[in-house]
Amino acid sequence: MQKVCPMLLGLAMAAGPFHAAQAADLEVTHWWTAGAEAAAIRVIAEAFEKTGHNWIDGAIAGAGGVARPLISSRITGGDPMGATQFTHSNAMNELIEAGYIRDVTALADAGGWREVIFPPSLLDSCTSESKLYCVPSNIHSQQWLWLNTSVFLDNGLAVPTNWPEFVAAAPKLRELGIVPLAQGRQAWQQQVTFNVLMVGLGGPETYLRVYRDHDAEFAAGPEVAEVFAAAVHARDMMVGSNVQEWNLAARMVTDGAAAGQIMGDWVQGEFEQAGKVIGTDIACLPGLGVHEYITATGDAFFFPVSSDAGTVEAQDALANVLLSPEVQVEFNRAKGALPVRSDVDISGVSPCMKRGLEILSSGNVIESVNTLVSPDTLGRVTDLVVEFFSDTSFTPEEAQEEFAKIIATAD
Amino acid sequence: MAHTVRPSRLLKNLNAKIAAVPMMLTAVVVFFGFTLWTVIFSFTNSRMLPRSEWVGFEQYERLWSTRRWLVSIENLAIYGFLMLVLSLVLGFLLAALLDQRIRFEDGFRTIFLYPYAVSFIVTGLVWQWLLDPEYGLQKAVRSLGFTSFTLDPLYDPNLVIYGVLIAGLWHGSGLVMCLMLAGLRGIDEDVWKASRVDGIPAWKTYLFIVIPMMRPVLVTTLVLVTAGIIKLYDLIIAQTGGGPGIASEVPAKFVFDAMFVSQNLAQGFAASTMMLVAVIFVIIPWAYLEFGGKKNG
Amino acid sequence: MADATFTHTTPRRIWPADAAGPRPRKRFSQRNIIIYSLLAVLALYYLLPLYVMMVTSLKGMPEIALGNIFAPPTEITFEPWVKAWSTVCTGLNCDGLSRGFWNSVKITVPSVFFSIAIASVNGYALSLWRFKGANVFFTILIIGAFIPYQVMIYPMVILLREIGIYGDLSGLVLVHTIFGMPILTLLFRNYFSSVPEELFKAARVDGAGFWAIYFRIMLPMALPILVVAVILQTTAIWNDFLFGVIFSRPTNYPMTVQLNNIVNSVQGVKEYNVNMAATLLSALVPLTIYLISGKLFVRGIAAGAVKG
Repeated sequence: MQKVCPMLLGLAMAAGPFHAAQAADLEVTHWWTAGAEAAAIRVIAEAFEKTGHNWIDGAIAGAGGVARPLISSRITGGDPMGATQFTHSNAMNELIEAGYIRDVTALADAGGWREVIFPPSLLDSCTSESKLYCVPSNIHSQQWLWLNTSVFLDNGLAVPTNWPEFVAAAPKLRELGIVPLAQGRQAWQQQVTFNVLMVGLGGPETYLRVYRDHDAEFAAGPEVAEVFAAAVHARDMMVGSNVQEWNLAARMVTDGAAAGQIMGDWVQGEFEQAGKVIGTDIACLPGLGVHEYITATGDAFFFPVSSDAGTVEAQDALANVLLSPEVQVEFNRAKGALPVRSDVDISGVSPCMKRGLEILSSGNVIESVNTLVSPDTLGRVTDLVVEFFSDTSFTPEEAQEEFAKIIATAD
Repeated sequence: MAHTVRPSRLLKNLNAKIAAVPMMLTAVVVFFGFTLWTVIFSFTNSRMLPRSEWVGFEQYERLWSTRRWLVSIENLAIYGFLMLVLSLVLGFLLAALLDQRIRFEDGFRTIFLYPYAVSFIVTGLVWQWLLDPEYGLQKAVRSLGFTSFTLDPLYDPNLVIYGVLIAGLWHGSGLVMCLMLAGLRGIDEDVWKASRVDGIPAWKTYLFIVIPMMRPVLVTTLVLVTAGIIKLYDLIIAQTGGGPGIASEVPAKFVFDAMFVSQNLAQGFAASTMMLVAVIFVIIPWAYLEFGGKKNG
Repeated sequence: MADATFTHTTPRRIWPADAAGPRPRKRFSQRNIIIYSLLAVLALYYLLPLYVMMVTSLKGMPEIALGNIFAPPTEITFEPWVKAWSTVCTGLNCDGLSRGFWNSVKITVPSVFFSIAIASVNGYALSLWRFKGANVFFTILIIGAFIPYQVMIYPMVILLREIGIYGDLSGLVLVHTIFGMPILTLLFRNYFSSVPEELFKAARVDGAGFWAIYFRIMLPMALPILVVAVILQTTAIWNDFLFGVIFSRPTNYPMTVQLNNIVNSVQGVKEYNVNMAATLLSALVPLTIYLISGKLFVRGIAAGAVKG
């Protein structure tokens, strides 16, 4: 009896749905190091460890710009991690084409992902030659203006409902010693701000003609000139915001040192951690309250090809954990993102996220700039925008001319 | 110290040749081969992975029409020139002061040298904090009553490179001091005696007699400082991240970002080739004179 | 630290009690006052950052928010140090800098050993056993010292991948050995060039070969420059950031990379005190080395680098 029991136990474990024959270590790289993000990744890690594998955390601080090169050079260098977070983008395509990334179509078929994942474009963007290469974990949209309502109300100002009203309120805020627009100075954040202005004020047609059609003549034209004119307003409004990190910019908003911030919806996690209630303390204006269009891309996990059976098994386990309804709800609540499944309970999400879902369902969805242009083109746009936002002597006309040049050779 | 090369058999010095194999491999494969590889691939349109599809000078044309590259070059020129001059001047000044038979020489020398022991990451972080207007020196001076005192070079695009220079000098001048001091101590006592007898003032002795005699040390120092300047990267990463805007970008960071962030390898290769060309223009004549032309050390 | 305890003979003049410089002088001359005040002002520039790091790392966050960076802590707390060492988080790893410390040790010790072993033999061969073409290799090597690392990173990744040690500790050791070679070889070459020729010739006459002379005569003589090399390499490798980031995986990250990660993962407010403590911790090893052996370093430099 004494000998049989452990064997039976072993059998039972092997037969269980998640329990692997042997526990494998799975190194997962990601760049989720801000407070709310770290709390969110912990949800995944804990659920994953319940499957009997070990989560080796490979956090890389400093956002995607720092992490992406490290991740891709490790994959191409022959020392791949077990799994990695990555944003949907063209950046991954070359790795996929070169055969470094595992095809997870079989897992998707077995798990019926195509039926539950919403919007389906999430899967399309990491499908190559009808094979699936990623597991989406959450939906993020970037096109949001967040406003601290008490900053306005306490000073007898109306809370703006769109960008022009916000611009109009800026001089009053300045008089009160409040920075109108909080802006983290890292390059990617300034790129986000600029492209949010492009979508929100220029509208989806402008945005797509520039980034999808690479219409350089249009990019030099009056519609885009308006975007640059708005960027000058933004530039003036962000004077005095000298922080680097986006969560420190968010902190300026919650502290009342700044009135608003243009940032993706992941910033909600930081607002909530500071004790603010989204929807009342913090107002949100999708598409800057002008053109209510949002991107529906988000983060996804990729699995580098591995010849080790244990690793493959652990990858399978992680893929299933990522999409399990419980993890989807809990993870996305912590992160301030939308779940990728349409069939999970979203009653806990913030009013702003509900707005986001409505916009998604109404079809006002645009493709992210990350999937429209190459990292190279985006890098050049980013360099331009970063210089423009920091150098007040850089005229919008000059900047637009440079911009049109980039678009002319964009890919 | 000439060991004249006698007409040699092939096997002569065989052990020396075997012992030098790692060096030869490093020189040929890494420094020469890798560099050549990079130069060759700068003429392709490689993106994330190297591809051999030739595009001629396209990458270079684009590079030289990129504002950020031009800013990077300008910054390196300013930083490089000032760093070279100031670290030599400051290093020499410190060494000369320490060489005055002072008390606590050990203590002072340690104080001047210790920054060299810490990494550029640490250097950058510390000076970022010190030069932070809301937290560092500016706030401290203002709290003393000088409310209009302004010291925020890291937030001023026109001054940021000088803010980096302050940190760079802090880090590197101690080593220069150390080398200079070694050089000064190598000067024969009689030189000073003779100049005193002739009534030549001390500063003149330094300038016209001692410094020319220190040529070997100056060369070593120049090599070390220059090699450090071209590689300027960690300090920028930690102190400014290239900001504000693109005001403190440097070529090494441009290369890294082009290769790994924008995933345009060829563009990064083209930029690094340009850095290499600049280096070669400066170094080759010097290296030839110093090591190639004569047969003794 | 009294000067008298050092009775070294390599430099031409006894060091440093018999220091050079113009003389004679009086104790309290106007000149001395100028010298000391200049030194004091300069020392301030060098000490300021260390002082600020120290006091900030011993303060609590409220005090930092209110107070002056130069003010000494009103209430000393070692909590930031404990936190920086053992509990501060990057992502889910909440074991502070302690892990990075041991990684740095594992990287630094073998890298220092191999790079010096190879470079000293190089310098020895280059200075005393000149063979045809040696100078060509050496010239390439020296030019290599100026080539930005970025130029060689990508092929290096490919090379390590082909050998199969990319991401391993051994790969990183190889990278440090290669890139440390130019400057170290230069140091050793210059040093061995200054060895009296008669010594070398006598050994040859006695029939000693390449390795015998190296191990029995040259290496023991090279002690001052070995010290310099060890100090230079230990600090350079300990402080390396770029190679650590590119050629190792997160579980092997050296302390500098972890420091940058910790300082840049802002959760909530920026904890200046913890960051400062972390910064000091990561600088502790090279600082200690300089404080203990600074004098040997200076003397070794005098013996080696001075001769061109």
